[in-house]
Amino acid sequence: MNSLGSIRRSFAPWADPAAKPYISFDGVTKRFGDFTAVNDLSLTIFEREFFALLGASGCGKSTLLRMLAGFEEPSAGRILLDGQDLAGIPPYRRPVNMMFQSYALFPHMTVEQNIAFGLKQDGMPKAQIAERVASMLKLVKLEQFARRKPHQLSGGQRQRVALARSVAKRPKVLLLDEPLGALDKKLREETQFELMDLQQQLGLTFVVVTHDQEEAMTMADRIAIMDKGEVRQVATPAEVYEAPNSRFVADFVGSVNLFEGTVSGNGGNILTIAASDGFEINVENAGAAADGANVWFAIRPEKVRVSSRAPEGSGANVTEGEIWDIAYLGDMTIYHVRLPSGRVVKASQVNAARVIEDALTWHDKAWISFAPDSGVVLTA
Amino acid sequence: MAEVADDTRAQGAAADRREENGLLQTLTSRLVIIIPYVWLLVFFLAPFIIVFKISVSQPTIAMPPYTPTLDPAEGIGGLIEAFGQFSFENYVWLTQDALYINAYLSSVVIAAVSTLLALLVGYPIAYGMARAPASVRPLLLMLVILPFWTSFLIRVYAWIGILKPEGLLNQFLFSLGVIDTPLIILNTNTAIFIGIVYSYLPFMVLPLYATLEKMDFSLIEAAQDLGCTPSGAFWKITVPLSLPGVVAGSMLVFIPAVGEFVIPDLLGGSRTLMIGKTLWNEFFSNRDWPVSSAVAVILLLILVVPIMFFQRAQARAQEEGR
Amino acid sequence: MNASWSRFNIASIVLGFAFLYLPIVLLVIYSFNESRLVTVWAGFSTRWYSQLLQNQGLMDAAWVTARVAFISASVATVLGTLAAIALTRHTRFRGRVLFTGMVFAPLVMPEVITGLSLLLLFVAIGFERGFMTVTLAHITFSMCFVAVVVQSRLLTFDRSLEEAAMDLGAPPVKTFFQVTLPVIAPAVVSGWMLAFTLSLDDLVIASFTSGPGATTLPMKIYSQVRLGVTPEINAICTILIGVVAVGVIAASLVNKRREVQRLRDEQAAQRG
Repeated sequence: MNSLGSIRRSFAPWADPAAKPYISFDGVTKRFGDFTAVNDLSLTIFEREFFALLGASGCGKSTLLRMLAGFEEPSAGRILLDGQDLAGIPPYRRPVNMMFQSYALFPHMTVEQNIAFGLKQDGMPKAQIAERVASMLKLVKLEQFARRKPHQLSGGQRQRVALARSVAKRPKVLLLDEPLGALDKKLREETQFELMDLQQQLGLTFVVVTHDQEEAMTMADRIAIMDKGEVRQVATPAEVYEAPNSRFVADFVGSVNLFEGTVSGNGGNILTIAASDGFEINVENAGAAADGANVWFAIRPEKVRVSSRAPEGSGANVTEGEIWDIAYLGDMTIYHVRLPSGRVVKASQVNAARVIEDALTWHDKAWISFAPDSGVVLTA
Repeated sequence: MAEVADDTRAQGAAADRREENGLLQTLTSRLVIIIPYVWLLVFFLAPFIIVFKISVSQPTIAMPPYTPTLDPAEGIGGLIEAFGQFSFENYVWLTQDALYINAYLSSVVIAAVSTLLALLVGYPIAYGMARAPASVRPLLLMLVILPFWTSFLIRVYAWIGILKPEGLLNQFLFSLGVIDTPLIILNTNTAIFIGIVYSYLPFMVLPLYATLEKMDFSLIEAAQDLGCTPSGAFWKITVPLSLPGVVAGSMLVFIPAVGEFVIPDLLGGSRTLMIGKTLWNEFFSNRDWPVSSAVAVILLLILVVPIMFFQRAQARAQEEGR
Repeated sequence: MNASWSRFNIASIVLGFAFLYLPIVLLVIYSFNESRLVTVWAGFSTRWYSQLLQNQGLMDAAWVTARVAFISASVATVLGTLAAIALTRHTRFRGRVLFTGMVFAPLVMPEVITGLSLLLLFVAIGFERGFMTVTLAHITFSMCFVAVVVQSRLLTFDRSLEEAAMDLGAPPVKTFFQVTLPVIAPAVVSGWMLAFTLSLDDLVIASFTSGPGATTLPMKIYSQVRLGVTPEINAICTILIGVVAVGVIAASLVNKRREVQRLRDEQAAQRG
């Protein structure tokens, strides 16, 4: 499973026990009245990491970011940045900057003035400010828009001004609150890569809050999946997708089929599960589980094969059903196969050929099958 | 061990920082509240307490023309003695003289009738504005607000020239041949109604317009699509949805109208009774400060319920706006 | 939308505006009447205006009124803005209910009560009545109007602008003066204008709280109006209406121009 982490790049300080964390949340709790937004949360982020906080709205991810920025104080616990306890330091004295979801560009100032705002607060000499602003404008390719006011810019340009403004002070950490949320889909995809390049170029630590899993998967080195004020899993995008640690994470990221069952055999590196849907599942490298334990087998739709004839081989990992629904998406087709137990299994197939012979259609009898190493066993 | 010590020191420093920032910030943010608060306590609330105090005092021919005057120099003894002299005689006097009771009653009635009339006049205007093309709405809005910026006194005064027996209205009607004897409007309640409706119309139209403009007019289409007649849709959809505006507008007209002075004084003539005018005369002509204070206290009591109602609505609107 | 602007809607607007404006228009027209009999037209003349300029009492009153209005509007704008911030930004503090009550109550409080109570306060603390007392009284009731105007702007204010300023290193007070105030400036300005005209127009509160030597224009006009309609009063009223109308129309034209420019810019920006 370690191999999953290295799919992206060799940058992996979290796997190195000697690496010193750059940001650490240490038992942080935040309550608003009766409501607990963040509950006893501990988390470490490393220098130069692109870290994503992913979760549905109200999961506490924005509160976590705002505590790092200094807009909220934790009710309990500590936040350390580069070894320094941030408690009591107001936002205007923290070495972190934030890019706001709404961009929060000052409407009465030009692009230049917006970018220079933070530098002026530091009392930087004028010539140096001008130089820094110019280089920032160049960085985000807005040189000819320097004298414009925010309302004279398009959405994408505003986003880049906000970005330039928040990195102009060379903060230790850049916080991004839904940085691409206000852009349309096409622009969003382009900007994702721009952000990644920028992070590499500047060598900054990025902490991004998003509810868009695709965005998090594309950009982040690691993702923290959050729910109800708690972190459910922190891992690389590949690990989160291929080796989720719970049904919640498996279900939250991407699409998944879950089969409930009890462990019936445990030989070698093969775990056998008697699924409640009436067939047997063999899983390779599933880890240890006691006989008779209640477990779930999670498998992604693209790893489930659908065929009109019974596949050859052993009786495990195969079951019969009926085509219940078909969604043709162009690049792929998603089949909903209804098992006799009533469960509907999703299976997606890439349309590699233009014409598919022997195509399955509604109410056809169909077999689903999968390889023993294509899914994971979950106990939670 | 050293690490632990470091840790505690760091925590101590953090706590210090918190204190320092906290103090500065608390001070500035407190001042934002304290300055206007103290101002209003001194110039708005304290005067009411004084009004109440004087309303239980006795008139004398002196300056100030009431007794006891609270003199802090006389100490606690003097204060207690002063309290001994307080009496509710002025209030008893108010209940015994039919003049005051009638003035209160007719003020409330005149204000209520005027509010109703203002609603009837204002609603179609507000509705028409809300349904106007979006491009002309700001202009219409400005045209409604503009008279509000011009002097109240002037606007009331303008009606004298129109309503008096040889005034412009009668001249106009004569020339049309509608009447042959002049209509007597000035110095009657009708003139007061006209004056109040005219002066307070923007206060009625603006909140009505605000609620009607926010309303989604496809609701009416939906109601008609579901089989409602246009007038049915108006009564079942538009009116209930604009109710907050109706309440706000009515309060904004009714409350000040009850205590109105300029309109009854200039348009109402000598026979009209309104409490604002009574208070004014009691104060400026009779120089009876204790009685006029008592009149003010009772007027305030009459208005306390609608004022609280109005404030509750304001607070709710504010919560929704948040 | 156009189709639903029925004839009835248009008629009610036209009649409504006629009702609102006809009296003022007539007053203005008859201020140019040659005859002393205000309601009989006897030809165009500006003689009443030239007579005004020779009326020293009226001129003095106008000067007093202008000073009172300027000072009270300025102080009321500061206090009202503070009150608006307190109302929108500090959702809980001790005595908030009382505070909210004191801000909103003067909006509907009958003027006779406000005037009487302030007068009695000034007498009780031995404050001599005059220019100062009128000014203090006007500050008190107009600051509440300013508070309401500014508060409604603050409610729609994007708080993240302030957070961004602080995030970039500006302490709270600096943030207020560099970001918040410039953004809400139009509301503060219209609050000032409102306070100014309220003070300019007020008769009742000024009558109670002013003393000898501090007669305001509305008090002067009122004392003459009681004697009947005269073309001279029509003339002074016309001037007052003119001053206020020019001010308000100019302000809203500037606003409108800015708005149109902003919209055009935005459309241009979207086109790229």
